[in-house]
Amino acid sequence: MTLTRVRVDGARATAMERARQRLVVIAVLFGGAFLLMGVRTLDLGLFRAVAETHSLSASATVRAASRADIVDRNGVVLATNLRTASLYADPKRILDPEDAAAKLVRILPDLAQAELLEKLRSSRRFVWIKRKLSPRQMWAVNALGLPGLAFQEEEERVYPQGRLAAHVLGFTDPDGRGLAGVEHFFDSRLSDVTMVDEPLRLSVDVRVQHALADQIAQAIERFSAKAGAGLVMDVRTGELLALASLPDYDPNHGGGAPKDALFNRASQGVYELGSTFKAFTIAMALETGVADLSSRYDASEPIRVSRFTIRDDHPQARMLSLPEVFVHSSNIGAAKMALDVGAQDQQAFLSRIGMLRPAALEISEVGHPLVPERWRDIATMTISYGHGIAVSPVQLATGLAAMVNGGDLFPATLIRKNEDQMSSGKRVISENTSDIMRRLMRLVVRDGTAKSADVPGYQVGGKTGTAEKPAAGGYARKALLSSFAGVFPMDDPRYLVFVLVDEPKGTKATWNFAGGGWTAAPTVAKIILRIAPILGVEPQKEDDGLFQQAAYAIEDSRRHP
Amino acid sequence: MSLLSRADESLVARWWWTVDRWLLVAVIFLLGAGLVLTFGASTPVAERLGLPVFHFAKRQLVFLALGLVLMITVSLASVKMVRRGAIALFALCLVLMVVTLLFGPDYNGATRWVNVAGFTLQPAEFLKPAFAVVSAWLFAGAMDDKSFPGRQIASGLFVLCAGLLILQPDIGQTILLGSVWSIQMILAGLPLLWIGGLLVLGIVTVFLCYLFVPHVTERFDRFLDPSSGDTYQVDTALNAFRAGGLFGRGPGEGAVKKVLPDAHTDYIFAVAGEEFGALVCLIIVGVFAVIVMRGLVRLTEEEDPFIVLAAGGLLSLFGLQAMINIGVNLALLPSKGMTLPFISYGGSSMLALGLSMGMVLALTRKNRFETGPRLHTSTVRGHWA
Repeated sequence: MTLTRVRVDGARATAMERARQRLVVIAVLFGGAFLLMGVRTLDLGLFRAVAETHSLSASATVRAASRADIVDRNGVVLATNLRTASLYADPKRILDPEDAAAKLVRILPDLAQAELLEKLRSSRRFVWIKRKLSPRQMWAVNALGLPGLAFQEEEERVYPQGRLAAHVLGFTDPDGRGLAGVEHFFDSRLSDVTMVDEPLRLSVDVRVQHALADQIAQAIERFSAKAGAGLVMDVRTGELLALASLPDYDPNHGGGAPKDALFNRASQGVYELGSTFKAFTIAMALETGVADLSSRYDASEPIRVSRFTIRDDHPQARMLSLPEVFVHSSNIGAAKMALDVGAQDQQAFLSRIGMLRPAALEISEVGHPLVPERWRDIATMTISYGHGIAVSPVQLATGLAAMVNGGDLFPATLIRKNEDQMSSGKRVISENTSDIMRRLMRLVVRDGTAKSADVPGYQVGGKTGTAEKPAAGGYARKALLSSFAGVFPMDDPRYLVFVLVDEPKGTKATWNFAGGGWTAAPTVAKIILRIAPILGVEPQKEDDGLFQQAAYAIEDSRRHP
Repeated sequence: MSLLSRADESLVARWWWTVDRWLLVAVIFLLGAGLVLTFGASTPVAERLGLPVFHFAKRQLVFLALGLVLMITVSLASVKMVRRGAIALFALCLVLMVVTLLFGPDYNGATRWVNVAGFTLQPAEFLKPAFAVVSAWLFAGAMDDKSFPGRQIASGLFVLCAGLLILQPDIGQTILLGSVWSIQMILAGLPLLWIGGLLVLGIVTVFLCYLFVPHVTERFDRFLDPSSGDTYQVDTALNAFRAGGLFGRGPGEGAVKKVLPDAHTDYIFAVAGEEFGALVCLIIVGVFAVIVMRGLVRLTEEEDPFIVLAAGGLLSLFGLQAMINIGVNLALLPSKGMTLPFISYGGSSMLALGLSMGMVLALTRKNRFETGPRLHTSTVRGHWA
């Protein structure tokens, strides 16, 4: 018995010794496994750590998308982004919906309390209460200390200049997509993440833009007009320093603007702009060689073509020299000149200066010109003085700039050109013709229909346009589109200023006249007076000799009727 | 310490001087950490389920108190009482598991729960420690008396338990129980050749599960090739660790707990990683490692094979469960629902762990007369042979 006990004890002792060894082995294996887990924990937490947990929270993620700024030619911010907060609620966590709704409406008075209450009582876990709160409103909502309300950060497009250049800039929807203007045209460029830090630099100068918009607004008020539009163009590059259309809108609330205010009269609207077109007719006649400064036209009788009668607004009823046709704005003379050139050459010339296709402007609001389907002689005659063809002010300005700048056509642009982007334009008339056009346009202001456009020292030249608005079956004699295109300084043209006034009414001061010379021309004068110093154009004494030759032609025809 | 004199003969005083106080401290640390983490991690889950915000946290506090009381009460017991209690519990659990299979409510396609006085209990949780003690008793019996067929009986019981678990079906617990049973056989002196065979058997079993149990197949596939299925939980857990970094986002600042359905149970380690950071996680892993390794090494001082096998089995059970849970959280193991001992939310788990550690404490209590330089009694006895 004792013996077996001892033997068992011996066997048990060896077994226990083996068990002890195996215990240690198992302990070491456990240790290894736990060590592996420790290493993995450190690996994740230390070497693969990320600053922020993305896509972890289910409901609210901050929209990172940003949009590039838009600046004017001098770097003044026209459009930028502000971080704002939008308020939302988790209705399940709202303790007292009535109380919360009442308190919120006090801070956000434009919310309807009943509607808000319904939202806060709903069983959903996420309802928008108001997008884009002001910092003051956000502070006030936070100060309420109500559970269940939270903010989501968003970006808001802000136009610090307000209405200024609204039609150029356009606006965006609440999610930051461009809906109009350059915001729409350059939408992909502005929202391109790689170019977010590079602002889009426009050709516009806010100071010029302000002077233009301000003076047009004053003209509209003075002449009780329906609307107005205008632009300032650098005739050497085609850059638009200002482009305005009134009535306008605030792009900060662009979505709610009425259709009439959203309409861009300077680029989208096409008009029969009237006598201003005579500049093209004269240049065309000189360029094709069918006329020179001494050419004379019989304007003693109105022209009758089938059922149409072409008569002059300022009838001289005599033979007129070429400069007189322009200065006295003779429709009869211009029509005869155009017939001499011929329909085909007229069409080719107008096409070359961009009158027959939409302007390639960098905004989406660009109007298509209206041109006759069949270019008959009557069309040739009416188009010679700006009727029977409708173009946008931007198209007209582009063509006129080429008439005065030495004969080079530069497409109108809203983007600032750098020195290296300065290309020579497309030559459309000779240097010589352009030289004559400059003198003639200066004469219009010195001695012709647009004396009120003169600004001492800046040698303004230009051409008025007074067109009757088309009405059912013909033209409405009392509904005018009065315009003036002025260029200064005429001895070395730099800038073109165009103003259009829609249905102005004459005043006592204008002896009830409402034509371009009485309404648009003085407005252009005031604009030039304001912008010339800004643009660094110095006033100079006029060299009278420069205009002698053209002026003599006028005297001549008077002396020899 | 001076509160209790070594000369004090009361039950409490004797317990205090003989119990493994370091193990006690480590377990209490885990309980404290678990309470803090459950408070944070369970609130969004409760909110999601439409329960009061602190529903789980309050219950966990109750479970924690019950578990602690159970652990200390059990740790007062003698080795003999532990053995007898475990045998009784084992029998009870077997009966309950059969009852569960026949009448238990069906949650998520598994019948694992039985209703006891308002609480749903998982008999399997209690079966594991009870089985570890019972099989230790059988193996030790065989070591003492070669004629006693302890190994065969233990193996038979294992097959029975495994069968019941697979029927539930609960593959994870089956693997856990099989591992404990294997470790005990190895400690009981299984020849090396057999150990190799056991390893092969384990691998084959896992492979068979992979082939024939659909949800196991799916989980393994996802683990081996994350693109093959929805790895949302695992990815989210990994993101949590990465978001937490070394020092964490701060208590309550975690985002994972808002989107993970099991944030308060299976994925509480990830919540810890996000809110408290990798260093705190490292400390938790360290405490688990210390409990298991220190416990196992200290068993080498024991003389009684039953104590070595029972405590070794219980500690392995504890260690393996922690390892599997942490491994799943860290995407080192395929997704498997397993609670993190003492830290995860769960009543059955908490009570069963209290019971397990109570038994370990009871089994490893030092004979106060055996302190001092240890006699290698076995060698002495060996000389007599």
